[in-house]
Amino acid sequence: MERPCAMTPEICTLGHDALLVRFAREASEAATACVQVMLRLIEEADLPHVTEIAPALASVMLRFQGGTDVRSLLHQHLTDLTQKTDWSNVSVPAAKRRWIIPVCFDGDAAPHLAEVAQIAGKSEAAIIDDLENADVRVLALGFAPGQPYIGLLPQEWDMPRTSTLTAEVPAGALVTAVRQLVLFANPSPTGWRQIGMSAFKPFAPETDTPILLRAGDAMQFSRASANDIARLQAAGDPKGGAICQSL
Amino acid sequence: MSVPLIEIVRATVGLSIQDLGRTGTTAIGLSQGGAMDKLALIEAAALLGQTHPSPAIEFMGVGGSLRVLCDMTVALTGGEMNAKVSDRVLQWNATHTLNAGDIIELSAPKSGVYGYVTPHAELATPRVFDSRSSHVSAGIGHWLQIGDVINGTSAPAVRSMKIRAVDRLGGGTVRYLAGPQTDLFSDADLDRFHATPFRASHIANRRGVKVDFEGTPFTPQNAHGIVSDIIVTGDIQMTGDGEPYVLMSECQTMGGYPRIGTVILADLPVLAQAKAGTPIRFEQITLTQADTIMADPISAATLSARLSALVRDPAEISNLLSYQLISGAITGYED
Repeated sequence: MERPCAMTPEICTLGHDALLVRFAREASEAATACVQVMLRLIEEADLPHVTEIAPALASVMLRFQGGTDVRSLLHQHLTDLTQKTDWSNVSVPAAKRRWIIPVCFDGDAAPHLAEVAQIAGKSEAAIIDDLENADVRVLALGFAPGQPYIGLLPQEWDMPRTSTLTAEVPAGALVTAVRQLVLFANPSPTGWRQIGMSAFKPFAPETDTPILLRAGDAMQFSRASANDIARLQAAGDPKGGAICQSL
Repeated sequence: MSVPLIEIVRATVGLSIQDLGRTGTTAIGLSQGGAMDKLALIEAAALLGQTHPSPAIEFMGVGGSLRVLCDMTVALTGGEMNAKVSDRVLQWNATHTLNAGDIIELSAPKSGVYGYVTPHAELATPRVFDSRSSHVSAGIGHWLQIGDVINGTSAPAVRSMKIRAVDRLGGGTVRYLAGPQTDLFSDADLDRFHATPFRASHIANRRGVKVDFEGTPFTPQNAHGIVSDIIVTGDIQMTGDGEPYVLMSECQTMGGYPRIGTVILADLPVLAQAKAGTPIRFEQITLTQADTIMADPISAATLSARLSALVRDPAEISNLLSYQLISGAITGYED
């Protein structure tokens, strides 16, 4: 789908050894599309001296080893890459794989569902419907290892974080704010609202594949009962019943 | 062959294994981690004659006791702890060769916050993403507990050395670079930020160090609805209340609070070691200045000029007669 992008990318320095290509200061479909495209361009360009590339919601960070000369060289490469693309007309690149993750949206698994429905001006059933049918992507992994920022949800989901923190949501909690979802890797205090519970562990340090998700993955949620989630958690598989399809 | 090296015999929360941390893991949401005062590990490497620092046991503002389970040299660096084995006082910023069964008793750091005991050994603890550092908040490793045994291979004893440590335990001016969000702060607020005498807060841990000050908060302009962006170690983050927090080893990798800039890596040990109340000031430097500083980083090799042989004061030796005082003397049995 076409996503108009009115913004011009700017290249900023971040610390002494990183550059940030920033498309916007606020989250938008356009900015996330630009980030996905820029990420691919940088990866495909295989730039020298680069030690890591990390996408955020509206920017891509590139860290390098070297000093002034390397920074100037990479700044030039990034300028060239940004000038190659017409950012006013960018589509999200096709996802390479899709995860289908069982989530319970009932009772204790979704303590803020009613509040979210009220803010969005929808019924609880319509909210769950949105989640089951959402065309969303992993926008970035961050805050904690493997933890996905997922989005963007429809415009009605543009709700601020709560004014007071929820003391703790459990690992596996699906929470929302500002048109995004986060699937919590660890028990954590949060200002986001919990609307579901999964058995998915975004970070499993004891396994061969400690990080399951990648930025750009398509995400889908399949409705599960509280019993299903409890059973999947007890089974101990970090995937928590999730299926990964190659596209 | 891996053997038991060290047993933790006294500990409260705050002891962990730390090396220089990880690189290249931002994209998966894992920050650099590693020792809070990485300079202490480099000083230990210089003392032990290593080119690359080994993992150390980090003491986060607390003391503890360690039993060495084989003959081994250890380096003591970082925040200064009172260290002794039985009645024998171990000089800080120095190496000491210990015997199997010796128990090193360490007080909480009396100056600085993070003290380090670096065994001259190859540890056999798990490597996760190419580092042995615990990153407890991310679920990697754990706080060391009483009874924990660290395995590895000890290296041959090395000559006892001392080092004139790089001065960093008493606070001072830390240098930072402007970053992608510096322009959210007014020039007046930036000027005030540079002129303000800060003090390290008691709110400090491996994730970050808060700094206290008197005056109105440093509130950014137009920061409402700002999108979460990449965070790097050293970022000076303003919370919603306009209170500065310098993000340290175990910071999150992404966040929505605006950041005034990034403290250069070379100055992070000053913040790590700043006890509550220690004076801190911030000075913005240019990229060119930072590049000059980073082009000549402190390494074990550059610290070698600060090394000297450790000559033990006889007053510190509890049982003089048990020492072989003329180890170099000819016995008459040589070929």
